[in-house]
Amino acid sequence: MAAPGRMRCMYIFNRNGVCLHYHVWYRPLTTLSPQQDQKLMFGLLFSLRSFTVKMDPTSNNKGHLGVPQLPGQGCSFHAFTTNTYKLSLLETPSGIKIVLVTDPGMGDLREALRYIYSNIYVEYVIKNPLYVPGEHFRCELFNAALDQYVKTLK
Amino acid sequence: MHAISQQLSPTTGCGGIDILEADTFVLRCFQSLPGTKFFVVAEPGSQGLDALLKNIYDLYVDYVLKNPFYEVEMPIRCELFDLSLTQLILKDKAMLGSR
Repeated sequence: MAAPGRMRCMYIFNRNGVCLHYHVWYRPLTTLSPQQDQKLMFGLLFSLRSFTVKMDPTSNNKGHLGVPQLPGQGCSFHAFTTNTYKLSLLETPSGIKIVLVTDPGMGDLREALRYIYSNIYVEYVIKNPLYVPGEHFRCELFNAALDQYVKTLK
Repeated sequence: MHAISQQLSPTTGCGGIDILEADTFVLRCFQSLPGTKFFVVAEPGSQGLDALLKNIYDLYVDYVLKNPFYEVEMPIRCELFDLSLTQLILKDKAMLGSR
């Protein structure tokens, strides 16, 4: 059996919370059904974003907890770590959220996420004439390019 | 949020969020065995927050838990705890300045 490497799974959400893609490399434990898991993930990201804006020590707290934040508005978190995994997030101005769940020892993945967005997602999905925006997609070339790129991450 | 992050873990044994990294700050969490959570909000790239949290926990045990007038689960209003906490932060700041 091959070594798992450091990647666990990846989610891509659009601004409405629809999970456009879910990719798994190594996930020994799944406690919920895929739909529930994705809803929970999106909910967690939403709450953490709200929480981050509220906790920001550099700004005057004007918003109320629970108010939806526009991408780019206020302070946003880009990663959190637990003892079993690290979650890295990239939110684009169009509201696309790319979430990477990895081994906790992984370093800063912001550059990697930006690369995945501009060179893999945009190239193979957005530029694909058969893709309907706002829907879940399945694209072999995307998966292959993603797997190949991920192998280069340490 | 702590509980939700545990549910989303790809492997067993998750204890919740330890570090949260944002654009303008970093939040570190320390959980004691009975489940009391200590949070520190700091500048990004801060070093030694682990040790700082451990020291704060030691202060908490000495000035709060060992205080016979303190009721568990109530807000902490112990002057000595506040004072020693301020001293600890100033010391930490001074150490950073000297490096």
